[in-house]
Amino acid sequence: MSPDPTGLDFWIDLFSAVFMVVGAVMSLGAAIGLLRFPDLLSRMHAATKPQVLGLFLLLAAIGLQMRTWWVWPVLVVAWIFQLLTVPVSAHMVGRAGYRTKHLHRELLTADELEAVVQKAAAKTAREDSSGDGQLH
Amino acid sequence: MMQTVLVLTAVIFSLAAAGAIIRIARGPSLLDRVLAADVLLAILGGALCVDMAVNRHLNNLMLVVAISIIGFIGSVTVARFVADRREQPDES
Amino acid sequence: MSRRRISLRQELPLLVWLVIVWGALWQDFSPGNLLFGTLLAVAVARLFYLPPVELSGRFNILYAVPFALVFLAKVVVASAQVLYLAVMRGPQVKNAVVAVTLRSHQDLLVTATGHVISLIPGSLVVEVDRSTSTLYLHALNISSAEDVDNLRAEVRSIEAGLIRIMGTREEVDAVRTEAAA
Repeated sequence: MSPDPTGLDFWIDLFSAVFMVVGAVMSLGAAIGLLRFPDLLSRMHAATKPQVLGLFLLLAAIGLQMRTWWVWPVLVVAWIFQLLTVPVSAHMVGRAGYRTKHLHRELLTADELEAVVQKAAAKTAREDSSGDGQLH
Repeated sequence: MMQTVLVLTAVIFSLAAAGAIIRIARGPSLLDRVLAADVLLAILGGALCVDMAVNRHLNNLMLVVAISIIGFIGSVTVARFVADRREQPDES
Repeated sequence: MSRRRISLRQELPLLVWLVIVWGALWQDFSPGNLLFGTLLAVAVARLFYLPPVELSGRFNILYAVPFALVFLAKVVVASAQVLYLAVMRGPQVKNAVVAVTLRSHQDLLVTATGHVISLIPGSLVVEVDRSTSTLYLHALNISSAEDVDNLRAEVRSIEAGLIRIMGTREEVDAVRTEAAA
């Protein structure tokens, strides 16, 4: 691993070193976002997304360091698994957070879902009261 | 060069893990804690990746995949659970 | 329970994906291992039958490669933005929940668009209305009506890109005429 300033190895090492440090900084960014953002939904953004790029860079660093072709499909599969799972878990947590009102309304400039939710809630309430009024 | 990178990333990952743990301890709601635990798992996976890249082995690659899937299943399960528990008083 | 026969052509992407995962998990891409993986993939696809995803039957690789590159670039830029917001803005960040109506009504395209939007930092799908194929996004750092419009335009352009890759003929034509207009 001794750096030869002109060789290809040096450049590969340099690139993977940069990738690793930037990937680690992405994790740090997620943690800073977790601590500094005011409500659950903004924390979601900081928490899940930088990891996509972070893991991509770290896996690319592994691929550069291993120098064999067959690790690349393995790394790509690992990354695609993450691409498929991250939005799903983010959506589930975000939806639960929105429904349980874990957000600060005063920080929203627009909320186009609220009217829809209230309309739907009013509709179900009406149907309930017309269907079995004695329960309410 | 690799040793410097190893030390540097170790410091960054430790700071990030500390931040996530603070949020787990403080987090006002259950969902905050789940989110922070997810981040902690991702940081763990990232640290394993750096170890693999620096020491040039692939022993932990499947562990990284498993960790991200555990985080996924965990947060989805908790999100469903939270949504169900909070919704029931409204529906009844 | 009616089991609609699905053609091999429709099943092929799933089989190929399963074989790649098999090879990757063994970290062995020798022909023998891949052959065994293919047998397993066919057995899995037959035994654990899932409702087939309705593909449009076309996949344009010429649009897919630039789309993937643009996507990667957007992820890099947006990650940096979220990092900047987390460090500099922190608690004062302004958000919005925005409704975006999509053109397509196919499950696959709505899902793919939602995935791509969720993966690009700064926006997140909170709720989906499938009957009108409307996505409700929670977006970071939206402080004016102009930002809302920009976000909506960006989501629509991502959807247009996905339609060009794997939408049906009619949808592609609709996107073309819209782009020409």
